[in-house]
Amino acid sequence: MKKSAIDNFFKWFCFFCASLIGLLMLGFFIQLSLNSKQVWDIFGWRFLISTEWDPVAEKFGALPSIVGTLSTTLIALIIALPLALAAAMFLVNATPLIRSVLGHAIDLLAAIPSVIYGMWGLFVLVPFMQDKIQPFLAESLKIQKIPVVGRFLAEDYYNGFGILTGGLILAIMILPYICAILRDVLQMTPPMLREAAYGVGCTRLEAGKDIVIPYAIRGILGGVFVGLGRALGETMAVLFVIGNMMEMPQNAFSGSTTIAATIANSFPEADGLQRSALFALGLLLLAMSLLIQILAQSYLRAATAHRGE
Amino acid sequence: MQKKKLFWRKLANHIFRFFSLLAVLLAATAMLVIVSHVIRTGSKSLSLGFFLNPSKPYGMPDSGIANALLGSIMITLGAALLATPPAVCAGIYLAEFRDRPKITAALRFSANVMMGMPSVLVGLFVYTLVVVPSGHFSGLAGSVALAIIMFPVVMRTTEDMLGMVPYALREASLAIGMTRTRTTLRIVCRSARKGLITGILLALARVSGETAPLLFTALFADAWPKHYFSGPTPNMPVLITEYSTNSPFEAMHQAGWGAALVITVLVLALNIGTRILFREKRHAS
Repeated sequence: MKKSAIDNFFKWFCFFCASLIGLLMLGFFIQLSLNSKQVWDIFGWRFLISTEWDPVAEKFGALPSIVGTLSTTLIALIIALPLALAAAMFLVNATPLIRSVLGHAIDLLAAIPSVIYGMWGLFVLVPFMQDKIQPFLAESLKIQKIPVVGRFLAEDYYNGFGILTGGLILAIMILPYICAILRDVLQMTPPMLREAAYGVGCTRLEAGKDIVIPYAIRGILGGVFVGLGRALGETMAVLFVIGNMMEMPQNAFSGSTTIAATIANSFPEADGLQRSALFALGLLLLAMSLLIQILAQSYLRAATAHRGE
Repeated sequence: MQKKKLFWRKLANHIFRFFSLLAVLLAATAMLVIVSHVIRTGSKSLSLGFFLNPSKPYGMPDSGIANALLGSIMITLGAALLATPPAVCAGIYLAEFRDRPKITAALRFSANVMMGMPSVLVGLFVYTLVVVPSGHFSGLAGSVALAIIMFPVVMRTTEDMLGMVPYALREASLAIGMTRTRTTLRIVCRSARKGLITGILLALARVSGETAPLLFTALFADAWPKHYFSGPTPNMPVLITEYSTNSPFEAMHQAGWGAALVITVLVLALNIGTRILFREKRHAS
């Protein structure tokens, strides 16, 4: 009798601990919703499309932060994804020694704190962008003269800070993450399938493109979403190099801000309605990253489900 | 005709392999550039005094990072103490008690989702949960924030590690009359302890460099961390942020690089040390 009482207690205690995670997630939503209520009451859905952010006039709009967040994330993904996929395919095909050395290196790189990336970005990447990359893009290639899309890509005025730099630093940061996940996912392809492809005369590229990637496609999507989620919510690395301008960005050279950077930057000094607006931004970020995480997890789960070990 | 086609296929293959190699080299170079820059610049500010003196406002002699280092250690250890016991129990629930599969699946899903939670939101959450009710910033609030980040990581690794313990062990233990509780704690957790410790230490390494959650919780102070429970507590990540963004002075930037080097080395050492010391013997793969 006593034995089962202890067992019961232990089980319920464990259940309580496990349910904490669910409570925490609910808590995030409740806390952000409650604290941002004021802003939703005053601005309603116009908060989402207004471009004004003027704490003095008490006018707040989320659009500049949203655009900044999405565009840096997009740039990061465009740069990091092809590199990560190519690197992962290289690692899967490499000899065991190279694979384990580079594999561990990638795991370690993913462990470097993001503030280090931010600091490096501020003191090294920003001057480099200003002196080399941006003059090259704007003056040598003149990409701002490309019809239609050109004016969103660049402008004649630049100072090293901005969306492009933020996207670049994010790309460097999420590359090891995505690469590690893709490597794990690609490794799950049964060797038999790949060997069969080589057997009928496929080259490595063809085996990878037509056999391994289609087999692992759900896991790859999952990995992409995990990287996307990281880029979306990353604060410090972006904060240092984005320029922190609460205005609508005109092109990739414009100084801008992201949701996370705005919160980190303005929250300590904010009060009243501005604080509420920052909580509302937080709620937006939570909703976005939750959506992406749910997509990521369901794809990754689908990818591992048929492994059947 | 046939031969030409083969030529193009082989060419595409070679281009692809070249691009793959290039991608790996590019990633590796970017990382080497960053790490070597941190080492080269940071090592200039390293001296005994840098590790022994507390940080001081600009212009004062003998400034260091000792207070921030100590504060960081206190905050991180506090987080580990807060997060580990409930997280391990939560992992045990996921791995050992399978009588409510739907709830277990939902909780596992929440844990996975929580692992991707933007850390700045954790800072906001703890700000309203701890800082506002208690009326002051504190190291404890920082610990709570880091604990929330650690919790799902430790929970999921615990589950994975316990899942690797063979069923025969549990059955044998139950068969000789041990209770479920004793079986779980003394047999299952014990045989998975290497993995558990690895998971906890890696989670610790991961949160020790987190900055965003500490900005509104632990804050920063140019003083020794005497008020862990009741006042702003200095810590490394916020020191780096303060020195590099809020200061125009070269000397502060230099100290920031030194701090960056110290935290990078600590995080990497914890990572590598854990991986080597607690490496599970794997079958050759």
